[in-house]
Amino acid sequence: MDQQKIRNFSIIAHIDHGKSTLADRILEVTGTVSGREMRDQLLDSMELERERGITIKAQAVRVTWKGHELNLIDTPGHVDFTYEVSRSLQACEGAVLVVDAAQGVEAQTVANAYLAIENNLEIVPVVNKIDLPSADPEGTSAEIADLIGEQPDRVIRASAKTGLGVEELLDAVVERIPPPAGDPDGPGRALIFDSSYDQYRGVLAFVRVVDGTFRPRERLRAMAQGTRFETEELGFFSPTMKPAQTLSAGEVGYVITGLKDVSKLRVGDTLTTEANPAAEPLPGYKDVKPTVFAGLFPTDSDDYPELRDALDRLKLNDAALFYEPETSQALGFGFRCGFLGLLHMEIVRERLEREFDLDLLVTAPTVAYQVTTPIGELVEVHNPADMPDELERVDEPYIKASIIVPKEYVGAVMELNNDRRGRFDHMEYLSEQRVHLTYDLPLAEIVFDYYDQLKSRTRGYASFDYDLAGYTEGSLVRVDVLVGGEPVDALSLILPREGAYPRAKMLVERLREEIPRQFFDVAIQAAIGSRVIARETVKAKRKDVLAKCYGGDITRKRKLLEKQKKGKKRMKQVGSVEVPQEAFLAVLNLGDDKK
Amino acid sequence: MSGVRHLYVHLPFCAHRCGYCDFVTAVGSLHRHGPYVDGLLAELELERGLLAVELDTVFLGGGTPTFTQPEVLSRLLAALPPAGEVTVEANPETVTPALAALLREGGVNRVSLGAQSFQPELLGILERVAGPDDVRRAVHTLRDAGFDNISLDLIYGIPGQGATDLERDLAEALALEPEHLSCYELEAKPGTRFTHAHGEELVRQAAAMEGYFERVVETLTGAGYRWYETANFCRRDPGRDLRAQHNLGYWHGRDYLGLGVGAVSTVRGRRWRTTPSVGRYLAALGEARRPARDVEELERATRQAERVLLGLRLDEPLSLDGLGDAVDAAGLERVERLGLAVREADTVVLTPLGRLLGGGVTVEVLA
Repeated sequence: MDQQKIRNFSIIAHIDHGKSTLADRILEVTGTVSGREMRDQLLDSMELERERGITIKAQAVRVTWKGHELNLIDTPGHVDFTYEVSRSLQACEGAVLVVDAAQGVEAQTVANAYLAIENNLEIVPVVNKIDLPSADPEGTSAEIADLIGEQPDRVIRASAKTGLGVEELLDAVVERIPPPAGDPDGPGRALIFDSSYDQYRGVLAFVRVVDGTFRPRERLRAMAQGTRFETEELGFFSPTMKPAQTLSAGEVGYVITGLKDVSKLRVGDTLTTEANPAAEPLPGYKDVKPTVFAGLFPTDSDDYPELRDALDRLKLNDAALFYEPETSQALGFGFRCGFLGLLHMEIVRERLEREFDLDLLVTAPTVAYQVTTPIGELVEVHNPADMPDELERVDEPYIKASIIVPKEYVGAVMELNNDRRGRFDHMEYLSEQRVHLTYDLPLAEIVFDYYDQLKSRTRGYASFDYDLAGYTEGSLVRVDVLVGGEPVDALSLILPREGAYPRAKMLVERLREEIPRQFFDVAIQAAIGSRVIARETVKAKRKDVLAKCYGGDITRKRKLLEKQKKGKKRMKQVGSVEVPQEAFLAVLNLGDDKK
Repeated sequence: MSGVRHLYVHLPFCAHRCGYCDFVTAVGSLHRHGPYVDGLLAELELERGLLAVELDTVFLGGGTPTFTQPEVLSRLLAALPPAGEVTVEANPETVTPALAALLREGGVNRVSLGAQSFQPELLGILERVAGPDDVRRAVHTLRDAGFDNISLDLIYGIPGQGATDLERDLAEALALEPEHLSCYELEAKPGTRFTHAHGEELVRQAAAMEGYFERVVETLTGAGYRWYETANFCRRDPGRDLRAQHNLGYWHGRDYLGLGVGAVSTVRGRRWRTTPSVGRYLAALGEARRPARDVEELERATRQAERVLLGLRLDEPLSLDGLGDAVDAAGLERVERLGLAVREADTVVLTPLGRLLGGGVTVEVLA
């Protein structure tokens, strides 16, 4: 294909602004596929795909429009995957920015638009859902135009649902987005913007060829990681896999590598040919590091091997997942896992429970602290229980938070951010009604229930996005929890020194509610070092009998006791105290103090 | 195979259904008393093969057995096989000299009287028909008729019942010198009118009432009664064992046959509950068929578990011989260490503190 006839683009949008529907419609309008086939192909329905023996989702689909080859590249829709999004954008020359006409510009709209601008992409703005009664195409167009420095009349008005404006959009993609540049005859360079693992075919890389021409059966090398392999097959999706003889500069497609481990081929790396290697890799490769950590323990300790196997299998398809064995006195054997963010954690947990049928206990999430010991050593701490007693300083990760909210909720958002140790950075009016706030916040404050609080204090109107923004020294302490005099490692947490007391108090109160009364009094204490800062007591039971038990009652009583016994078996033993699994989640809701 | 030595007979009729009741009862229906007893006797004939030649105990429960029309009740008593202990449950207001004589005549030698409380307001809340004086009068009437084994049922934890109310109830009951007392905490069972009306108040009072069980046990044992089962107390009499022999059969895991609607039987590892519907019960027996039953086969492990849960309710040591599979050794050791149970040779018995916490302790001990 003539390079001049190629257009590579992504669709970027805030969640629910209509990205998937628009992608569906584009495939339909270009005659690539019918509407129903579309859903099967592009929707993220892993179970369905597995039934058909394919576990690979098309991350890039090729369509033709008026003699042009259009490659639509999918991007993950969440802040946790910002790096992956930026790599997908790097594979494009343009981006279609979709904004819901009834919702206006949201936090992710802003974040995505900035990412696209940083990648020098031509932005084609679209106001979607103009058929909705509550749509405000005029106002929304003005907001977008303002955001990206474009004329309002260049904003395309569309309804992905009805198909209105989709052809006009495709014309604009061809007209406005430049064709790819790049030398088809130079040394090969292809950007890996996504990868996937299939049990039959191994690791498959989605690539954008920048220079040169790639062919099957060539020896290739990933330049940053040094991984070598021979291409088994290459081609593109349209919408199903279509093998090809070449992928040339400007084209987007897939490479089947024969590798068995997705972590050998990281997103952002550059593929080159061994025969004619490029001198320099493409810029921008980063080794993404997990930012949020949590302990994962099987509810039933017999399931530990199953959990290990499940993590091994997930890792095949999720290079960002990190895990190492962890032993907790209270929870037994499990894994300390690292995630890109809270959503990533949620996805992993859900997959473990749904696809692998595991019953899990997930401890409160924490962040990676950088601790300087008294002898000047730098240690990274992923588990509050590992925070040393003696230390020189602790640095904690901060984020730049971007919040868009109707003006009447600005006060509520500021109050929340102040409570969460936020530092105000910037405020600007996007329109008369809507305000864009930016704050510097400790990441640790976000992992405790921040998003739910933000939503509830703004009646769901706030939208939120963030970027990691480096480390800052914090005045932090480790608070330990003791139940019946025994420290419970899984409940330790790291808190700002100022504010440790009220949270510790709240925590022991929560635990008192969660821990059932036992045969004896149980003290619940929170301590910093050896100093107890909060204490509650679960009073001993005084009476626990089934009053009547005659001939007609025996079966019922027996079943009741059997049920109680089952419940007991689910409890974790801390010293001689039985602690229900739910108690370990008590710390999760600690931010929930402003009810 | 030896026959069953414990017979339970259910008489569902009541003058009125009390708000807290969840038993199988039928209000009024005087015209059905005769046919129902005919049904009972027909069922007895169908099952007679299961019974031993001589029975240890017969227990007539309800409902209000003594609400049954006198001539019908007489006919039933005359037809039932004789036994060492024959108990009838009675509501105080139904006890007249004539009834007492009828019961004596019919071979009844023990009466279990539903006193519940001696405070008019509390009886009102329970929707009991009898007043405190009815209870006293009933006891004297039975004594006059020659009954020397009377049991009183008391309920504690009634909405609005203060600690002094409880003490007064216990003192009033003791003043009547019953041979036996059953003390139950009021259970607000889901779905009853009572729970609907008083459930929230009971939740509010829960903390205050927590010590009531302890107080009941202290008061009654202080008065010389033997706390022989979780909810049951009897006078110590060198000449007689005043424990409820029929109920002791349940707690010792013996077989029993139950006749009547909703009655439960357990015979040779099989348990069944007869249909609660009087209509269907009579229809079946009218055709000399067994009424519909829910059957539960009791596996060996289940029988063992039941022996443990029932045995631990008593004040006498439970032999663990043959019950090993039903016992969680670590759990048993734990409750022993906490002073809730005592092991000797291959028996176990709960300490007084362990018995106050008997439910949780049993959960701990069961495998």
